[in-house]
Amino acid sequence: MSGPVQPPNSGRRPRVGVFKFASCDGCQLTLLDCEDDLLAIAEEIEVAHFLEASSDVGCGPYDLSLVEGSVTTAEDAERIRRIRAESRRLVTIGACATAGGVQALRNYADVTDYLQTVYARPDYIATLATSTPISAHVPVDFELRGCPIDRSQLLEVITAFLAGRKPGVPNHSVCFSCKRRGTVCVTVAHGTPCLGPVTHAGCGAICPAYGRGCYGCFGPSGTTNLPALVPLMRRDGMSDEDVRRFLHTFNVTAFAAVEEALEEEDLP
Amino acid sequence: MTESAAVSRVLRIPALTRVEGEAALHLVIKGHTVIRAQLKIYEPPRFFEAFLRGRAHTEPPDITSRICGICPVAYQLSACRAVEDACGAVVDGQLSALRRLLYCGEWIESQTLHIHLLHAPDFLGYDDVFRMSRAHVTHVQRGLRLKQAGNAVIELLGGRAIHPVNVRLGGFHRTPARSELRPLAERLRIALEDAWDTVRWVSGFDFPDGECDVDLFALAEPDTYAIESGVPTVFPAGGTRTLHSFPVHVFPDHVAEEQVPHSTALHSRLDGRRHLTGSLARFAISGHLLSPLALQAAREAGLGDPPLLPRAGAALDRGSTNPYRSILVRAVEVLYAVEEALRIIDAYEPPPRPHVDVPPRAAVGHGATEAPRGLLYHRYALDSEGRITEACLVPPTAQNQGAIEEDLRHAVQAELARGVVDESELARLCERVIRNHDPCISCSAHFLDLDIERHGSQAKAAD
Ligand code: SF4
Ligand code: SF4
Repeated sequence: MSGPVQPPNSGRRPRVGVFKFASCDGCQLTLLDCEDDLLAIAEEIEVAHFLEASSDVGCGPYDLSLVEGSVTTAEDAERIRRIRAESRRLVTIGACATAGGVQALRNYADVTDYLQTVYARPDYIATLATSTPISAHVPVDFELRGCPIDRSQLLEVITAFLAGRKPGVPNHSVCFSCKRRGTVCVTVAHGTPCLGPVTHAGCGAICPAYGRGCYGCFGPSGTTNLPALVPLMRRDGMSDEDVRRFLHTFNVTAFAAVEEALEEEDLP
Repeated sequence: MTESAAVSRVLRIPALTRVEGEAALHLVIKGHTVIRAQLKIYEPPRFFEAFLRGRAHTEPPDITSRICGICPVAYQLSACRAVEDACGAVVDGQLSALRRLLYCGEWIESQTLHIHLLHAPDFLGYDDVFRMSRAHVTHVQRGLRLKQAGNAVIELLGGRAIHPVNVRLGGFHRTPARSELRPLAERLRIALEDAWDTVRWVSGFDFPDGECDVDLFALAEPDTYAIESGVPTVFPAGGTRTLHSFPVHVFPDHVAEEQVPHSTALHSRLDGRRHLTGSLARFAISGHLLSPLALQAAREAGLGDPPLLPRAGAALDRGSTNPYRSILVRAVEVLYAVEEALRIIDAYEPPPRPHVDVPPRAAVGHGATEAPRGLLYHRYALDSEGRITEACLVPPTAQNQGAIEEDLRHAVQAELARGVVDESELARLCERVIRNHDPCISCSAHFLDLDIERHGSQAKAAD
């Protein structure tokens, strides 16, 4: 991540592009879900490229590109390089774009097997063996976490860009948000396994407020201590296989350190 | 061969816009005849069916919701129904009412998104909602308010609007108190007005002629408009065969998926024929079960009375199947969903437990629900510990692809017959035809390049 994003210096409205790679569209939908602010945002920027929302498809350069989704084909690896070359600032939105997303589960399997499971004629399908985050291909100016991203964090990133400052997106864990929300800790009170201690804040600690443990959809927080969490999850009845599955879902590459944590714990 | 028959061409559209997901279209035209219309879905495969294998039976609701950010509730509830079916669990009473309420939220949100942000600009001649809002700001603001009301329902019951966290096998992690639903009811009462105004607004649009002569396919319930459950039911094209249903357990015997070289999405056929799911099919099959208010709205919108479910052998009147008018049916469905949500909130009594138990067992389970875009089917095979050994997901867009291609062929053919050959006009028309069906391409695939292939002397002009 580099420093603050700068607005264009002329008086024109900044040109914003929204781009999709392998994803579910949920993160770009978050933009359309900013109902109260949508028209106001659209006044401040020029929507230069946003296939889901507009038939007016403009070409670069873009002042700000919001990129959703992960890279899973050779053409997409090429396409993200073109987009980067045409973008002053590039922000990735969501777990797919910042960590490869749920589709990165293939990185730990044999993609040929996967193809044969889904398709009768795998030879028709062009795909890479991996699903990789955008930052594995091009430099990224800011990564917004979440599967999906949080609406107010997205607004913060866009307004920070318009104001030429660094987005104020905290790096602490979900636990902090639980405390702020006044939610009773589900692990302490009910022995419910929860990834809150190692998960990046941003959602407002929704899951514990609804009586379930955090399943890590925002990916790891700034400082994670997986080795400390693993014994707690074992205490609460999870096998190593369960722990692995728990962490290997929406941010599988970002939580890859779980393997080390499990091994460390196996030592006598 | 005559001169004109010898001329064939390919039309290209760089990317289909205002749909969820991305795809391409390939049209081959020879002379004045459309030889081939192929919806090309380039979405890189994400392999959900493959990586669900080995996962616990509790996981499909959270995992499959990530297939589509536009209709996550549909994925969550189809997944729940399929796994509960395998495990022999029954979710009924207030828990199933809450599921319907959650689903109403998604219908309101998603259908309103399509009506105002994606589809209406076609009828009013704009590239997008941002430009449309300058001249039609009250309509756009009303749409955003209505969409927000739908999101508020999902947020309250699900925790957040996209990929809700509160859905689980057997019900919910936490069910709301009656008092929590009260502010929601306030909001929905305003939404009811907005939904009415939306029906009036869209019924003033200009609708080109069109006809969808394919089998219609939707879930049906005996006494309510099917949303979160129902029996797969076919309303055949042509009127020579009678309406028929089959249990969801034999879905795979009727709906077969096949792979075509031009798409990463599998195509499906219903008993070997093209079929259409979604608003038009639901209205034809269950329209008579809408509320009196929604029926009145349908009548005012010019949809007429939906056909009564015909008795076996009776003449089949399928009502309106003009795809351009799907926006009217959507608007009526939004009105119905708002009303239905209010009704459920009114009758709500918190259930004794937020969920029933769903203990694993070795079995195969099937589940289908009505996603805003149409029937969404899931099947899972479990081992005795509840590990998934096989998963199969059939989304509405994969089912509709054949009907959409047929529609495209008809529409372009009619334009050519009228002498329209301008590529940008044809391309615009194709996009409209596709948008009529509100395809959610991310559920299967993405990236739509339209290319109309022209062979012969005009090929150079097309390049
Ligand atoms: S991060 Fe999650 S919500 Fe965002 S596009 Fe990927 S799957 Fe969808
Ligand atoms: S609590 Fe965890 S899993 Fe739940 S929404 Fe927040 S980050 Fe995602």
